[in-house]
Amino acid sequence: MNEWLQILNNHIPDQRILTDLADRYSYSFDASFGEHLPDVVVQAKSKEEVVHVMHIANRYKVPVYPRGQGTCLSGGPLPVHGGIVLDLSQWPKKIDLNVEDLTVNVSPSVLTANINKEAEKYRLMYAPDPSSAHVATIGGNLAENSGGPRGLKYGVTKDHVLGLELVTPEGEVIRTGGQTIKNVTGYDLTKLIVGSEGTLGVITEATLKLLPKPRAAQTIMISFDEVRTAGLAISQVLTSGILPSKMEIMDNASIRAVESFQPAGLPVDAAAIVIIELDGHPQTLEIETELVREIMSKIGATQIVIPNTKEEANKIWQSRKQVSPAIAKIKPTKVSEDATVPRSKIPDMMDRLKEIKETYNVELVVFGHAGDGNLHPNILCDQRDKEEMRRVEQAVEAIFEAAIDLGGTLSGEHGIGTMKAPFMENELGTVGVEMMKRIKDSWDPNHIMNPGKIFAERGQKLVLTDD
Amino acid sequence: MQTLQEKINYDKTFDCVQCGYCLPACPTYETMERETHSPRGRINLVKLVAEDKASIEDLREPIEKCLGCMACTTVCPTNVQYGQILEGAKEVIEDQRSESGKQSKVEDFLFESFFSSEKWMRTLGNLTWFYQKSGLQAFANRLSLTRFAPLHLEKIERVIPEQPSPKARAKRVNHYKPDGPAQAKVAFFTGCIMDGVFFETNQNTIELLVRSGLEVLLPEQQSCCGALHAHSGKIDDSRELAKRNIEAFEKAEVNYIVNNAGGCGARLIEYHHLFDEGSYWYDRAKRFVSKVKDVSQILVEVEGLEFTKPINRTVTYQPSCHMTNVQGITSPPLELIKKVPGITLKELDRLDFCCGSAGIYNIVNYEDSMDILDVKMKDVCGTQPESIITTNPGCLLQMKLGIEREGATETMDAVHLVDLLLEAEPKVNYKFC
Repeated sequence: MNEWLQILNNHIPDQRILTDLADRYSYSFDASFGEHLPDVVVQAKSKEEVVHVMHIANRYKVPVYPRGQGTCLSGGPLPVHGGIVLDLSQWPKKIDLNVEDLTVNVSPSVLTANINKEAEKYRLMYAPDPSSAHVATIGGNLAENSGGPRGLKYGVTKDHVLGLELVTPEGEVIRTGGQTIKNVTGYDLTKLIVGSEGTLGVITEATLKLLPKPRAAQTIMISFDEVRTAGLAISQVLTSGILPSKMEIMDNASIRAVESFQPAGLPVDAAAIVIIELDGHPQTLEIETELVREIMSKIGATQIVIPNTKEEANKIWQSRKQVSPAIAKIKPTKVSEDATVPRSKIPDMMDRLKEIKETYNVELVVFGHAGDGNLHPNILCDQRDKEEMRRVEQAVEAIFEAAIDLGGTLSGEHGIGTMKAPFMENELGTVGVEMMKRIKDSWDPNHIMNPGKIFAERGQKLVLTDD
Repeated sequence: MQTLQEKINYDKTFDCVQCGYCLPACPTYETMERETHSPRGRINLVKLVAEDKASIEDLREPIEKCLGCMACTTVCPTNVQYGQILEGAKEVIEDQRSESGKQSKVEDFLFESFFSSEKWMRTLGNLTWFYQKSGLQAFANRLSLTRFAPLHLEKIERVIPEQPSPKARAKRVNHYKPDGPAQAKVAFFTGCIMDGVFFETNQNTIELLVRSGLEVLLPEQQSCCGALHAHSGKIDDSRELAKRNIEAFEKAEVNYIVNNAGGCGARLIEYHHLFDEGSYWYDRAKRFVSKVKDVSQILVEVEGLEFTKPINRTVTYQPSCHMTNVQGITSPPLELIKKVPGITLKELDRLDFCCGSAGIYNIVNYEDSMDILDVKMKDVCGTQPESIITTNPGCLLQMKLGIEREGATETMDAVHLVDLLLEAEPKVNYKFC
């Protein structure tokens, strides 16, 4: 047995050092693509244990991959070079609310939705709402800088982090930021670490910002007979002085998929529907709802639905939630992208996606967070069909290219991980990537911290099959 | 000859997109604290075995420690057929075991420890009958896989109710008629554990059905539902039992086939899965399945009862996982409880969290089962109930065990929904007759 493996259990009990094949395979994947067998899985439950692991890893130059609940869509926790998967999901869960400061201190294992649930008891909210919030850990959300539908109004994870505790790749403990809303002391390491995908250290605690919970919400569903009109309508609402909390779009393919999966009464002939949620004071909502209605009818919406009850509204949002499972019925493998464009370019991006679908002959459906330009083109395919997967890989590359052409970005909320790493230079340029690499080199001189992520290795290409 | 990939449902594993949404729903992931004991982890291992990257032996423990509560299937966004994947995996594990021929040692053990227990013997009466009928054969085989883990039978014995005399059992007839004209004709599926251990509850079920204006038949040829066999990887045995039941209940020519055990019901409504689609037996199974109802469903549907005696008691309801996640029945038991005058119902925080009984899981994986039970009891005690209402014999025994563990036998009891309902002295409601 390796020497480093032996000394791991000096400070960590045996039952949390997993070396059985079945256990190791159980941490070899996440919700994206690829399967990589680690040498060992270590389940850390305290900062001291993380320090211990990092000291050993740094000394013996063993790669370490921090992992939450493995819901990552970009390959963040995949142990691509073997070594240690550092499972943080079993860490004791701590949510310390400081109601008067509107902040909360959390341990990395806490499920994101539970932070919001706790905050709501005091009429506060934790705004970021990735759709996996009830499964994913805040540690993972911080590492990946996750976003969700509410990103339109409230931003993504990084916009809600005040301070972090981090164990560095060399096993030192640092604190960044603090407990205050304003803090301009030195470099903003907090924002550097959030979204660094576990390549700069292991987050062991975070101080998050809370907001007052809006009193009410109003949902509106609008249908269009042309996708372009839908895009135009979104821009018009956003420039009219209203900032909805959510603006979601579903294309015809996703509408049809939902209707054949679990009929919800969506207009199957519409080219697209836009679902809006406004939040705020009830009186403001009344005025804003009317304004939205005016804009929509003027621009030529074919149908405007304004639900009167919470149940009706929930039904609409439920149908939006059903898109993912519904399209999974088309074909078993789902390649979900999150390329994001400036909001004014949504109609152009929709056109490009249509072209890509035809050129590569792939099952492509589009839905997503249209209000912030964060579309989710999803390609449905079958992993076992190698020829099809090659076409899918080409289509995905074309999606990245289109997004960058239109002034957008590779990833709006999922992160780069392994899949998008080969395309970083296209967006950031050689020097842009090089500057990031320099930061990485000085933080992690032995390159043990989540290697293989963000930065492409020589000759690395997008690969969606296991072999 | 079926290939390993077919048997283990390799194709179905591709429906899992590994999103992880099942993790918060899985009791064993919570108590065992590792992905290996989660639905996503198990499905991945099944896939790896099919791809020859892991061995059947690697798969054994994760599969054996699965409760089979199916809570994951209810939350799964892509409708993965976990039940079929699990059964396939068990079958493959069982095949491998039977080739190794460990049987006789196990049976010795069973007869020495298990059947030498006087209370079990008295309870179960005719040993051979019970052994064959209850799926204990499957249970015996399964024991070899657990390397003779201590069975803690004494703990379970303590919570078995007092048994009626053989005379009382013998008095039961096979045909009951309501006083007035019958609304419908139903056949009662008695179940083996239910009939062996909770005979009274079965009698009460018949009484409720009759008072609801239903004609009740008890087909004599019926047998065990086969759930325990299937859970132990004995699919062939399970299929034989299914055929026997299908035949027995066809002869009865009834409108509905009623059961009062969530676990049995879950098996009965999946009988068609045991046969090839489109085959002769598949069609027969389909017709059988279309008639299967839980007693709570039928009581709500016929609305034949009016409860006359107030029961001033605070209760909580622990649903049977198989009733919720396999049969998809959630509201009828709650509707019935709420109809009982005087009752205060306090609902659990985590209704869908298994109690850890899971067939014979609490016997073969006692320690793991108790870890899960402790989580459940914490939730139960939070509602401070005087009674815990359940709808399945396994859950009922387990809740009784939980009450013992909490040292709360003086203040709390566990009862089957049917017993509670009869205690409220239901009268026939003739408006629907």
